[in-house]
Amino acid sequence: MENESRVAISSAADIVTARQKGRALATQLGFDGSDLTLIATAISEIARNIVAHAKSGEIRLTPLNQNGKSGILIVANDEGPGIPDVNRAMQYGYSTAKGLGVGLPGAKWLMDEFEIESKVGNGTKVTMRKWLK
Amino acid sequence: MHVPILKQGDCLIASVQSVLSDADLLQLRDDLADRVGKFRSRGVIIDVTVLDVIDSFATRTLRAVAHMLLLRGAETVIVGIQPDVAFAMVQLGLSLEGVGTSLDLEEGLAYLDRRFKKSLKHGK
Repeated sequence: MENESRVAISSAADIVTARQKGRALATQLGFDGSDLTLIATAISEIARNIVAHAKSGEIRLTPLNQNGKSGILIVANDEGPGIPDVNRAMQYGYSTAKGLGVGLPGAKWLMDEFEIESKVGNGTKVTMRKWLK
Repeated sequence: MHVPILKQGDCLIASVQSVLSDADLLQLRDDLADRVGKFRSRGVIIDVTVLDVIDSFATRTLRAVAHMLLLRGAETVIVGIQPDVAFAMVQLGLSLEGVGTSLDLEEGLAYLDRRFKKSLKHGK
């Protein structure tokens, strides 16, 4: 079984590292073609979110094996300011960082499962999963 | 990694050679704005064949580059977006809004050629 890997995110350059590691793990797990690109793009968006809002954080990439299904688990954690209104942050086109406002809602569309928890002053945790079909 | 820019007649060809960091993309924008003036180019091709991810930031930057170069008098065409990348961009709801796209370098040159001829006909 492949091990989980962690990527510290503190600058824009780490976004590239995170998506490359994610793609490498997903390839080992048997994902192919467009799924690899969707996973790498989703990682790119949530890593970008850390850089834009929290300055630093971490992305954990873990193989999943549940009820005979395998997949990839991606958890992004930061200790940034947190998101006061998560519902609003998940609205397409809403951005407080001069972005396109596509990152978080976009990542949700790219993955099979997506959860976000955030507390003001306590940072944000994004959990995403994609299952092998 | 730095993106090399070649001059081909009236056109500039920026051929992306490896994954691009945000800083590389911004550098490309500045280099192109500079070269378009220096070589009096009328068309710019950005070849993104090697990019395995075009996320929201990359899309926004490519769009900004094209709009900026248009203000400098040059038309931009993005070529080589891979099928999987196009799929992910659509899933993300991203579009290049009015920026020309072509299948590959050859089609990109033909696209610019047609645009130049059209502008000649209109006496510009």
